[in-house]
Amino acid sequence: MATRCNDRELLNDWHIVADRAALAGDTPFPTRLLGVDLAIDCRDLRKLEVVRTDTGATLKRAERYGFVWTCLDTPWRDIIYIPEANEADRHLVSGGSIAVKVSGLRAVENFLDMGHFPFIHAGWLGEEPHTEVAPYKVEITDKGEVLATECKFYQPVASPTAKHGFVVDYIYKVIRPYTVALYKSNPIQKERLDVITLFVQPVDEENCIAHPYLCYLKEGMEAATVRSFMQLIFGQDKPILENQVPKRLPLDPRAETPIRADAVSVYYRRWLRDRAVTYGAIPAQS
Amino acid sequence: MITLYDYELSGNCYKLRLLMSFLGIDHKTVPIDFYPGREHKSEWFLKLNPLGQLPVINDDGLILRDAQAILVYLASKYDPSGTWYPRDSPAQLGEISQWLTFADGITATSSAARLHDALFYDFDVDAARAGAHRLFRILDEHLWFGEQQGRNWICSSSHPTIADIACFPYLILSEEGGIPRQDYPAIRRWCDRVKRIKGFTVMSGVFPAGPAKAAA
Repeated sequence: MATRCNDRELLNDWHIVADRAALAGDTPFPTRLLGVDLAIDCRDLRKLEVVRTDTGATLKRAERYGFVWTCLDTPWRDIIYIPEANEADRHLVSGGSIAVKVSGLRAVENFLDMGHFPFIHAGWLGEEPHTEVAPYKVEITDKGEVLATECKFYQPVASPTAKHGFVVDYIYKVIRPYTVALYKSNPIQKERLDVITLFVQPVDEENCIAHPYLCYLKEGMEAATVRSFMQLIFGQDKPILENQVPKRLPLDPRAETPIRADAVSVYYRRWLRDRAVTYGAIPAQS
Repeated sequence: MITLYDYELSGNCYKLRLLMSFLGIDHKTVPIDFYPGREHKSEWFLKLNPLGQLPVINDDGLILRDAQAILVYLASKYDPSGTWYPRDSPAQLGEISQWLTFADGITATSSAARLHDALFYDFDVDAARAGAHRLFRILDEHLWFGEQQGRNWICSSSHPTIADIACFPYLILSEEGGIPRQDYPAIRRWCDRVKRIKGFTVMSGVFPAGPAKAAA
């Protein structure tokens, strides 16, 4: 049923396949990555194994940031490095892995979009009539990442502890085709940034699992509160994502009409095309 | 003051937030890390509710569990109009109880499918979906015949009751469990009416009614 992936960019990269804390000892945990069925065998707690169900082959695996990672082939590069994960004064927690019936590329693109805040996250990340997305900058960094800076948006409740609305500064960074990070000014230590990295597991072309990894400053904030806020927001996005048609992300520039507020999406789609990423996408007609 | 032990994505907790919003009941919320933290199975929470389930309320020392039971309690105590749970009408109380049990059936099927699809619960999702469709068909017919008789709500009252609240969340969230509502037009119209009750509030995954008038 699920189509197989032929994109080297994805096959030769690491992907999250489980929240480590969710794995119980007794039965293997079934999941799927890029259309390949996997079983995560954790009966021996010291030696967790990721096994392909079709061939029985044991795959490379790693544990980082509280998640289990695997690679279907030989990894070309290491798991992404999150410098903030080394800072002792931050909560470093999963926001809760949630399965979504849409291409993971759509989930990444939604994460990059500010235009929907006043409508989908009304009363939290935006509210009418503050609907304008002010112009922001987008560039491709020397590390080959999509970087959007100078993003500003008026938010009534920007964080779990916000007491009043204010204009929030955002930075977005697409790090890998299915990995995107958001940096947001901390309401107390304004010179420092809270970081949410959204690792998206491409289950198949039209299904994904969002694994949000939260690096929030602890000051004035409980880990459970951060997690609860993340789920409140993501729970609002989920039905919108699951109703997107088509479920895969069209890469043809003529397929869906962007406006200026979508500049980062335009870069993202072009960046995917340049990297020959087609899994979860509707490739552009050449 | 009432304390609600709450989880945002729980439709059962949402039932209580809805009623308290309709009645304007002031309350305080304690967020429980249901997922992925499984705080509802923690030692401290099991002392509050040995079943390890949400929601639970504490009203001035009275600790109650079970969404339907709490709806009965809150409406009996805090609704001066007596319309959400009409204590003086034996027939309506019977009807309400019947549909509160039906609502538990919706939880056992539609909510189970949603937990399976989104949060990896190991349930038989085909059985859950089939069970939900069976209940939706029954409710849709009931509502359709009601509409023919000029009845807008689940029970034979001119005002919505706690039965409407109890049935609403896992109906409106059903698509998250792969259960579409295309085939249930009377349910869809009724959902729209619920959303237009004064004081209606949303939860994540539920959107307010559009600005247009209610469908006829």
